[in-house]
Amino acid sequence: MNFEEYSGIWVFIEVKDGEVVPVSLELLGAGKELADKRGTELAGVLIGENVTHLTDSLFEYGADTVYVYDDAIFKDYRTESYMKALLECCQKYKPEVILYGATSTGKDLASAVATDLPTGLTADSTILDIEEDTGLLLASRPAFGGNIMATILCKKYRPQMATVRPKVMKALTPEPGRKGKLVEETASLKEEDIRTKVLEIVRHTTQKVKIDEADIIVAGGKGLGSPNGFQLVHQLAETLGGAVGGSRDVVEAGWIEHHHQVGQTGVTVTPKIYFAIGISGAIQHIVGMQNSGLIIAINNDPEAPIFQSSHYGIVGDAFEIVPLLIEQFKQAFNREAVDHV
Amino acid sequence: MLHIVACIKQVPDTKIIKMNPKTNTMDRASAPAILNPYDAHAVEEAVRLKKRYGGTVSVLTMGPPPAVKAIKKCIEIGADEGYMISDRAFAGADTLATSYALTKAIEKISKIKPVDLIICGKMTIDGDTGQVGPGIARRLDMPPLTSVNKVKEINVKEGYAVVQRKLEDGYEVIQSTMPCLMSVEKEINEVPYSSMTNMLKAARYQPIIWAVADLEDVERTQLGLKGSPTIVSKVWAPTKPSGGEMLEGDAAQQTEKLLNILLEKKELFAGKGGA
Repeated sequence: MNFEEYSGIWVFIEVKDGEVVPVSLELLGAGKELADKRGTELAGVLIGENVTHLTDSLFEYGADTVYVYDDAIFKDYRTESYMKALLECCQKYKPEVILYGATSTGKDLASAVATDLPTGLTADSTILDIEEDTGLLLASRPAFGGNIMATILCKKYRPQMATVRPKVMKALTPEPGRKGKLVEETASLKEEDIRTKVLEIVRHTTQKVKIDEADIIVAGGKGLGSPNGFQLVHQLAETLGGAVGGSRDVVEAGWIEHHHQVGQTGVTVTPKIYFAIGISGAIQHIVGMQNSGLIIAINNDPEAPIFQSSHYGIVGDAFEIVPLLIEQFKQAFNREAVDHV
Repeated sequence: MLHIVACIKQVPDTKIIKMNPKTNTMDRASAPAILNPYDAHAVEEAVRLKKRYGGTVSVLTMGPPPAVKAIKKCIEIGADEGYMISDRAFAGADTLATSYALTKAIEKISKIKPVDLIICGKMTIDGDTGQVGPGIARRLDMPPLTSVNKVKEINVKEGYAVVQRKLEDGYEVIQSTMPCLMSVEKEINEVPYSSMTNMLKAARYQPIIWAVADLEDVERTQLGLKGSPTIVSKVWAPTKPSGGEMLEGDAAQQTEKLLNILLEKKELFAGKGGA
């Protein structure tokens, strides 16, 4: 394999309901840094139906080139059709790196593409870097159930690939009117070659507060002792108008549903305020909330690692602290309300 | 009659594994080896489909000899046959080399009895990638169906399956030709306690064990460490942030201090009577 032939940092651009999903823009931001370091170009690969117009915003978010596969066959995401387009694009233009969002679509696609190329694929990366002279991608991720971080390399194959967790990288501020090169491609595939079809897509629109969009999250861990104890978290969240989060342990214990789970195997959140109550602070949890604006930890163990990742810590009994806090908040809100009459 | 192969792995229980804070290595002895929890759901789903449509459930694992225990656990859940590939040549495999080795084993199983469906767990708790299932599917040229949280229909006669795939904010229903490979979410089922009959069967059960030499058309360069494009270059604990300010005092003083800090950010509480 001649590495000289491979150049450029690529981002798979994921589209949902006609819009580019946020993680793809975040990856253009992260990819731009890698491309600048290597002195190479940043490209997006955009696959879908009626998606060509989305390229304008991709240029504004940092892409120098966008390869577009716009065809009715790509209306819904399907592993086989998207994989074939991306494989053909890869073989034609030979990128050095391809990044995908670690979403259900991104992970599905990346796994298939990696096998067919073949090449190495690092899952759920949270830190990316590249060696300036060799182009070796350094993809780091929580490993062994999130107990530790590992840096993964792919030395002998190109392109190097990684899926990257949403909300970890930062999108660039769009530069209005920034232009790039649009390359329209067609994939050599026919509908009858595709062995799956999408019969129905159902989106839940009724979820009360989407945890990954909440400004305030009150999260609880097994330190609360029981589902009953976990009610404290709900009470504080309600008082503050926030969403409820949970650690992996409490989700597995069934105290709260999986879509509330914060951490490596749950969602990554970046609220303005994050309360961690009775959560010890394993790496797999920390990676899911460390970019929050203000992190407040309440735990009865002064040695709990969570205190090292928080802005303010209270060592104490949650069952004493939290009810007091709720009471004081309520009083403060009432005062505010009176002041404004 | 369906022949379902469930791929499983024995893993250290990473939830309770202890880390040596000085060397950043795992104290493997501190964690028991268990059947990967996601794989228990894969086997359970295979058993349920067998009950619904008739057929056989085989389980397959790659691992060192003690991994027989994980196969026995699958027999307890209700699997009929267990296959294990075990050889030093497999050691150090990443997801690509793992999917290659398992594919070779599945090809051999297919010669004993053709395979209609492969089921994997969503991911393992020690690897956390979810890449091996789709890798096997691509190598066997089957459609990979990931994030499956419900199997709606299997039509053996017409050769198709209809499943529900979990998405970030909902689900999609897809139809695929068979044979195909599914990797399943935990929520797809509950694994009940095993029956006494299955437990007795498991206690006596010995799986079929193959070494590399027992498999056919194997390119040794694609196995184990040699066949793995990815390598772990370093393992590290994130530099610990210095930590923030601890709020001291009795409970009332602590909460008072916190309240004052938070009220400075009262714009966040706009909906609750803040300014």
